[in-house]
Amino acid sequence: MTQINVRVDGVTYTDDVEPRTLLVHYLREQLGKVGTVIGCDTSNCGACTVHLDGSAVKSCTVLAVQADGGEVTTIEGLAPQGSLHPVQKAFHEMHGLQCGYCTPGMIMASVDLLKENPDPSDTEVREGIEGNLCRCTGYQNIVRAVQQAAGEMRGATNGHVSAADVDIAAAPHVVGQS
Amino acid sequence: MTAVEDRPTTEAPEREVGKARRRKEDARLITGRTTWTDNMVLPGMLHLAVVRSPVAHAKISSIDTSVAQEAPGVVAVLTGRDVADEQGSIPCAWPVTPDMVNPGHPSIAVDEVNHVGEAVAVIVARSKAAAQDAVELVDVDYDLLPAVLDMEEATGQDPDLCHDHLESNRSFHFVFDGGEAGTGADTDQVFADAEVVVSRRFVQQRLIPAFMEPRSVVVQPQGDNYTMWSSTQVPHILRIMLAMVTGVPEHKLRVVAPDVGGGFGGKLQVTPEEVISLLVARRLGKPVKWTETRSESLMTAHHGRDQIQYIDIASDREGNVKGLRCRILADMGAYLRLVSPGVPVLGAFMFNGIYKFDAYRFECDGVFTNKTPTDAYRGAGRPEATFAIERIMDELAVELGMDPLELRRKNWIKAEEFPFTTVAGMTYDSGDYETATQQALELLGYDELRAEQQRRRESNDPVQLGIGFSTFTEMCGLAPSRVLGSLSYGAGGWEHAAIRMLPTGKVEVVTGSTPHGQGHETAWSQLVADRLGVPFEDVEVLHGDTSVAPRGLDTYGSRSLVVGGAAVVNAAEKVVAKARRVAAHLLEASEDDLDYTGGKFSVRGTPGSEVSIQEIALATFAAHNFPEGVEPSIDADATFDPENFSFPHGTHVCAMEVDTETGMVKIRKYACVDDVGTIVNPLIVEGQVHGGLAQGIAQALFEEAVYDADGNLTTGTFVDYLVPSAADLPHFDTGNTVHEAPGNPIGAKGVGEAGCIASTPAVVNAALDAVRHLGVRDIRMPLTPERVWRALHDGGDGGDRATAGTNAYGGAQTETTAGVSTPQSALGGDR
Repeated sequence: MTQINVRVDGVTYTDDVEPRTLLVHYLREQLGKVGTVIGCDTSNCGACTVHLDGSAVKSCTVLAVQADGGEVTTIEGLAPQGSLHPVQKAFHEMHGLQCGYCTPGMIMASVDLLKENPDPSDTEVREGIEGNLCRCTGYQNIVRAVQQAAGEMRGATNGHVSAADVDIAAAPHVVGQS
Repeated sequence: MTAVEDRPTTEAPEREVGKARRRKEDARLITGRTTWTDNMVLPGMLHLAVVRSPVAHAKISSIDTSVAQEAPGVVAVLTGRDVADEQGSIPCAWPVTPDMVNPGHPSIAVDEVNHVGEAVAVIVARSKAAAQDAVELVDVDYDLLPAVLDMEEATGQDPDLCHDHLESNRSFHFVFDGGEAGTGADTDQVFADAEVVVSRRFVQQRLIPAFMEPRSVVVQPQGDNYTMWSSTQVPHILRIMLAMVTGVPEHKLRVVAPDVGGGFGGKLQVTPEEVISLLVARRLGKPVKWTETRSESLMTAHHGRDQIQYIDIASDREGNVKGLRCRILADMGAYLRLVSPGVPVLGAFMFNGIYKFDAYRFECDGVFTNKTPTDAYRGAGRPEATFAIERIMDELAVELGMDPLELRRKNWIKAEEFPFTTVAGMTYDSGDYETATQQALELLGYDELRAEQQRRRESNDPVQLGIGFSTFTEMCGLAPSRVLGSLSYGAGGWEHAAIRMLPTGKVEVVTGSTPHGQGHETAWSQLVADRLGVPFEDVEVLHGDTSVAPRGLDTYGSRSLVVGGAAVVNAAEKVVAKARRVAAHLLEASEDDLDYTGGKFSVRGTPGSEVSIQEIALATFAAHNFPEGVEPSIDADATFDPENFSFPHGTHVCAMEVDTETGMVKIRKYACVDDVGTIVNPLIVEGQVHGGLAQGIAQALFEEAVYDADGNLTTGTFVDYLVPSAADLPHFDTGNTVHEAPGNPIGAKGVGEAGCIASTPAVVNAALDAVRHLGVRDIRMPLTPERVWRALHDGGDGGDRATAGTNAYGGAQTETTAGVSTPQSALGGDR
């Protein structure tokens, strides 16, 4: 076991991990950060994308020990509680998700893309997120969402939008699961 | 009563159906507050890992689990022998012929393995890692048997047998003959009399559904009760089948499908791992979890398509089609799963497409091979049929020297001819193929692209341009129970819904249809908001839990809205009818004098005398002042069983660039106009079309499950199985015409599969249109650059992928393939 210190979504953790533990397994199994998901075992699908020290990484390709001393942001910590990041809001507005399994990774990758390129063309978005696979949407509405978010972020000063601005009815829908 | 009296009221609420409502589901999905099965942790939970066969066909001569049993954290190791008396057989619910051969399908192999990846033992351990580590410690000895991999060889002279206790590799021989059924003329006679006959052999390659969320199962025993959470499309079917397979009584089983990350037919199954998880939980009395890796998923979750199609079409010289004859070999893989045999049979009634044939005959052999079983994948039978007819229509057009669109137009059913009963006996409900086609041509910019094609041809441009059509229809809304019965399916096709009016005026809608990305919570809310006159936000949709939604037949076959939504609408109508009696009592009026609009009953001709549905809900809860002899409830349920299928249709047009020097193909433009009947939510409909297009185009251009000569899946990761990325797909120009479906109260026809069914032949026809003048007659799917290049330069259809010796086996080369690239050995088209 190796001890690591890592800050995840604004909280500092000190944990013992097996050296072989992947960051995604640490997040899901030790921290309960199950918003970040696993879609493959070859780093192709990008479903597990998080930010490590401000850059998008596929957390199945990073060992937990490599995050020692680092700062991790997951989909759960992307925006303050009760608000949405413009990219989250745009995915909702433009119907950029269906089953939603790829969505956390897709959003985290898109945020990173927009940091590099605040005004991407259709082709630049498509190439920018080609490390993330989606099986439901055919990507067209994801491209629209990223471009819409880009526009909003270029115009916005503080980035985050209030959840109240978004037409959502948040309620646990499945009885028998809390 | 204040809670309801304070509600803001509006006089004429906007109609919800037709509105692009943003989805209710999104809130949790975009913030990571999800309930995927693998998220679940229960106290004392044990983890499973499956030991799988590395060989395609062998007798199991011995299994030594002793080392694994002693590994740290390992609680138990179970082999097929250990559970032989309790595991039963994975069920097949669709015996398509009375003499269909079902070899039986143990969840864990007992004596013999029949495909790579088949379970031979299961490890139970305190952690996932401990279970996985112990997999490698189980020592299994196999006596190899020959692997049966090629359907034409498997059904030829003296083949090796996939199951040596069977007499042949055939499971069934299914025939639909229009002449015998009385729906058409004698097929042989029509072909004998025909002026023109065109025959082709098409290959529908094997595909993998590749839903993004890997399958996961959790089982919690509570006394003699068991709750299973599973990443499934079909919790209701799963519950019934688990009871029948394992003997756990149905009323002691609860199945929950929480958030489910895609399915596409791939989670329409009763899987060995679900059975194993239940057996282990029962044996150990502890909660267990199994979650697959992606490699496991690609190797062992059921595959789709995989047909060889021999198609003959007959016509006169003027291009009036006369007859269609289809002989199909359908690969079942090693076993029959839930609806494996039914998939090609669903296509049996669609090969004639939208055209008016005099005669039609369909024959299909279900064939066993030592590969992963096949079953439903988006479209399930109908993409295969649509591909065959839309490809052969192009081939006939070439033979006749006709424009492919003119040939179609000459033969398709005219708008004024609906309802139209086809040569396959189906009654198509509504549509207008001409209008959809005109709109699609405009969306594409057809004339301009044809002119460019001409210029490129004349200048011998290395990049040629082609345009391909698919004017398709499909049968959706599975399904009328009586029809399913006539096809020997083991269940009905109805759907159930219930509506509960809560005391505060909020509404719970229970649906037996189980979403996994389709947006039921949003669309059902729209349906109910309109019918009850309540706010969209006040409706909560409950689903996916057999203890909450006790009756249902789940989600597949573009049935949710058409059948399940219809049940919701009917339940809402019953609520209104019940509320009407209460309203009449409260307003001291006759029921006949009441109008119901905007969620309020009012007395005709008496302004100001009204009561809202919310007030009635509260009055019903209190039951202080209720009509005599009426039970105090306005809740209602409904079961809808359609009388006919619905028949969405559309015209898809693809413009394709083909680089004749490199074989690279690139979709220049893709336009489609679909008629899916009434559109409840245009945002969701567009999204479904996009997603379907992506998968249909992927079949044409990228995806193929490839086995080597030893029966190893060589495309067992996302490195090799090419699910397209955003950069691989074009922008889609989509549109709709609307002809309501007469068979359900919504008028919807179903949209989940349309894009996937229609697009594949349009793409292939486009590529061929680009290079036909260079002598290319066919290119095998997927159209990898290598195949296109070979078709251009070597002739033929571009050849097989990696079927010889082979260089794909374990990454190693054999003596026969070292350094040699042949059409049989090359791995074409990898990124």
